[in-house]
Amino acid sequence: MEKTINFTLRVWRQKDAHSKGYFEDHQMEGISGDTSFLEMLDILNERLVKEHKEPIVFDHDCREGICGMCSLYVNGHPHGPEGGCTTCQLFMRKFEDGSTITVEPWRSAGFPVIKDLMVDRSAYDKIMQAGGYVSVNTGAAQDANAILIPKEVADEAMDAASCIGCGACVAACKNGSAMLFVAAKVSQLALLPQGKVEAARRAKAMVAKMEELGFGNCTNTGACAAECPKCVSLSNIARLNREFIKAKLAD
Amino acid sequence: MSTILDSKIPEGPLAEKWTNYKAHQKLVNPANKRRLDIIVVGTGLAGASAAASLGEMGFKVLNFCIQDSPRRAHSIAAQGGINAAKNYQNDGDSVYRLFYDTIKGGDYRAREANVYRLAEVSNNIIDQCVAQGVPFAREYGGTLDNRSFGGAQVSRTFYAKGQTGQQLLLGAYSALSRQVNKGNVQLYTRREMMDLVIIDGRARGIIVRNLVTGELERYAAHAVVIATGGYGNTYFLSTNAMSCNGSAAVECYRRGAYFANPCYVQIHPTCIPMHGSFQSKLTLMSESLRNDGRIWVPKKLEDAKALQAGTKKANDIPDEDRDFYLERRYPAFGNLVPRDVASRAAKERCDKGYGVNNTGLAVFLDFKYAIDRLGEDVVRQRYGNLFQMYEEITDENPYKTPMMIYPAIHYTMGGIWVDYELQTTIKGLFAIGECNFSDHGANRLGASALMQGLADGYFVLPYTIQNYLADQITVPRFSKDLPEFEEAEKNVRARIDKLMAVQGDETVDSIHKRLGNIMWEFVGMGRTKEGLQEAIKRIEAIRKEFWTKVYIPGEKTGMNTELEKALRVADFIDMGELIAYDALHREESCGGHFREEYQTEEGEAKRDDANFSYVACWKYKGGGEAPEMVKEDLNYQFVKVQTRNYKS
Repeated sequence: MEKTINFTLRVWRQKDAHSKGYFEDHQMEGISGDTSFLEMLDILNERLVKEHKEPIVFDHDCREGICGMCSLYVNGHPHGPEGGCTTCQLFMRKFEDGSTITVEPWRSAGFPVIKDLMVDRSAYDKIMQAGGYVSVNTGAAQDANAILIPKEVADEAMDAASCIGCGACVAACKNGSAMLFVAAKVSQLALLPQGKVEAARRAKAMVAKMEELGFGNCTNTGACAAECPKCVSLSNIARLNREFIKAKLAD
Repeated sequence: MSTILDSKIPEGPLAEKWTNYKAHQKLVNPANKRRLDIIVVGTGLAGASAAASLGEMGFKVLNFCIQDSPRRAHSIAAQGGINAAKNYQNDGDSVYRLFYDTIKGGDYRAREANVYRLAEVSNNIIDQCVAQGVPFAREYGGTLDNRSFGGAQVSRTFYAKGQTGQQLLLGAYSALSRQVNKGNVQLYTRREMMDLVIIDGRARGIIVRNLVTGELERYAAHAVVIATGGYGNTYFLSTNAMSCNGSAAVECYRRGAYFANPCYVQIHPTCIPMHGSFQSKLTLMSESLRNDGRIWVPKKLEDAKALQAGTKKANDIPDEDRDFYLERRYPAFGNLVPRDVASRAAKERCDKGYGVNNTGLAVFLDFKYAIDRLGEDVVRQRYGNLFQMYEEITDENPYKTPMMIYPAIHYTMGGIWVDYELQTTIKGLFAIGECNFSDHGANRLGASALMQGLADGYFVLPYTIQNYLADQITVPRFSKDLPEFEEAEKNVRARIDKLMAVQGDETVDSIHKRLGNIMWEFVGMGRTKEGLQEAIKRIEAIRKEFWTKVYIPGEKTGMNTELEKALRVADFIDMGELIAYDALHREESCGGHFREEYQTEEGEAKRDDANFSYVACWKYKGGGEAPEMVKEDLNYQFVKVQTRNYKS
C-alpha cells in the first residue's frame, strides 16, 4: 500500500515586507507519500480557504524543477534536506511520520520577504542586466558551425548554465553571498568562444553589481554548492575568481 | 455581417514571399523609433526575443511578466529541442522539407506562406542562439549535434541536454537584460494583464494588476504585442506551469480580436500518468525519449489484467507477448509518429483494456532494448536527467523497469487569429508565439514550438511591426487619463469587485477541477456531437456556480493569490466553452481534433477537405450570445493535400 504520513507543519507567516513574522502550526494528516511538497501546501491552502482563512503565499510555477520559482527553506535547508532537487520535486515519502516540518522563506539581506514564504529576488535580474550576456544583436550571427567548440567545453558550459536562478545558494550562505549564481553565468560564457571576448568586463560588472546590492562576500564555505538543487559546482567560483583577478590585473 | 479576413500573404512564389515582403515593407528610421513605444506582454521565448530585438532596434519597449523574473516563463520547461533545416547531418533536409513536414504534421490546416517563412528563418535562430552562448550539445569534432523527433525522417533537432527550452530562454533573457541595461526596455514583473485599451480602433495600451500591491496600473504605447502563451490550463491538469493562463488572449478576444481554431489542442503522448486527486499538474517526459524507447502494451488481455492488479510486472512478460503497437501500425515512422497519432493509439489500447497500471490508463516506454543495443552509459548520457526526474516523481528506476506514460494536455495550436504580419483583427495588436494560431495547423510537431516562438520574436515581428508603425510616427504619446483608459480600468475594477462580493463556499481550485474534468472527458482526445453538446451545457452550469458560489478570502488590495486564480478561472470557463463550440462545429477529424464520428475503418482521423479546409475564427458577441464564426479559407497552392500517411 502507498505510504501516508501525519506531521506538524510549522510555517512562517508574514503579512508584508514591513510586518513582523511568526510561526504558525498546522496538523497534517493522511498525506500520501506521492504528494509533492507543494501539493501538500495546496492541500493545506484548500483547507484554509474553506475555513475562510488566508492561504499561505509561496512562489511556485512549473512544478517540474526548472523555472526556479519555488524557494522554500525546509527543515533548515533550501529546497529541503533531500539535495539535488527543488522544493517542487521534493516528495512527502521522504519525511517521517509524526515529525515536525519547518518551512521558512529564503532569509537574506538580498531577498526581502514580500509575504509569508515569498521573497523579492529582483536583485538577480539586476546582476544579470549588469553584464550576464554576450553583446550580439539579432541578425548579426554567423553560421552556427563556423566556430568549432570541443564537446568537453560545451558540456562544461552546459553544466554551469544549468543554474535556475532560484537563490538557494544565497539562502544557504552564512554571508548571503551570490557568488555561485554569478560564477555560473560568468563561467558558462567565459568557457565559450562567443563569450570570451567580454569575459573580463562581464566578471567585473557582475561582481560590482552583486556587492552594490548588499550580497555578502564569499568565504569558500561551499554551502552554496552543497545545497544547489542543480548541483552547480564550486569550481565555477574558482573560475570566476580567475577571471576577476585577470580583469583587475589588466586594469 | 460577412467579414472578409485578409491574411495579407505577399504575392510571388512560396520561396520568395518573405524576401519580397522584407524588400518592400515600410521601415521606421532610427530617430523616429525612439519616439515609438511598444508594449510586449510576456517574457517567454516569443516575448523576450521580441522585446530584446525591438529594443536593439531603438524602439522604447515596455515588457511585462507575471512571475518575479522574465527568466521563469514556461518556455523554460521545454525539454527536447528546437528544429532547424540546417541539414548538418547530410540526411536530405532542406527548408522545403521542414516546411512540408510541418504542413503535413499539422494535418493540412496551416497557412502555407507562414509555415514556409518559419522553416526559412529556422536556420537564423540556431545561429543567433549559438552567438548568444547557448550551450547546444556538440559532437567530438566540435560541430553541433542533432537528434530526431516525431513526424520527421531526418535529424534536425538541436538540443541542450534535456533543457533546451531553459537554455534558449536564458539566451533570450540575456539579450533582454542587455537592453534593460541600455535603457531600451523597461521591465515590469509580477504584473498581470487585465484588459486591452483601444483608442480610435487601435490598440494603444493595457491595464495590468500589480500582483504585489493589488493596484491596477495603466500603460500606453503605439502598439501592443501579446506573447502570453496557450490556454492548456483550461483542462486544469496539463503540462503547463501553474500560472499559465489564457486571460490576456481572452481579454483581446472580448475586445474584438478573432480567436482561431480553439479546438486544436495538443495532447502529448509521453507524460507521467495521473496518480491522485490532489495532483496539481502533469509532468511531461520529453518526446526525445521516443528516439530510443519502445512503446508497448501486452498482447494478451490477461497479462494486462495482471499488470493492473499488480500480480505481474513488466519484466515478467516475454518479448513475444508484447505488442509494440506503434511499430505494428506505422512501420515507416514507428515510435516516432506525430504526437496526435501516438496519443490516440495509446488511448485506443487503454480503452480496449490493455492499460498497464492500476488505473488502466498507462502504456510502457521501454529502454531495455536501447540499453542492450547501446549500453547503459550511452542511455544515461542521452536521457540521464529525464530518467532522474522520472525516478524522483514515481520512485521507480527506469533503467530497470519500463517507464509508464499516458497522454496529457500540453500545447494549444489554436489562438488569436493573426495575418502574415502577425497582426490581429485589432489594428496595432500583434500576437506571437503559442498565443497566436498561425503555424502548426491542427497538430504541432515536436521541437517546433521553440522554433516558432523564437522565429516570431527575433525574425518576423521586428520586421512586420515596422510596416504598421511607419504610419504612426507622427502620433504623439498617449495620456493615460483618456476616457478609454478610464473605461477599461473601471471594467476591470467592476469585475474584481463582483468576484470579491460573491462570498460563497467553494474554492477556486475545486471549481477549476470540475471544469477540467468536463473538458478532459468531453473535449479531450475523443469528441462526439452529443458529448460536446453536453459539455457546453455543463460548462454553462459551472459558470453559474462560479459566479454564485466561489469564495475568495482576503482583500482586493495587497497580494491575493486566490483572487489571481479566480480571475483566470473566470476566463478559462469562457475559453472552455469556446473550445467546445469550435469542436462541435468542426465535423471532421484532423490533427489534435478527433471526432469519433469521423474516422477511417482503421481508426485514423478522417478529414473533410471539401467542407472544412478553413481556419475557424470566432468573433465575440458579448451578452451571453454565442460567438459568430468567420472563415479564412486555406488555399493550398504549393503542396498537394493528401491523407497523412505514417505507415509507409
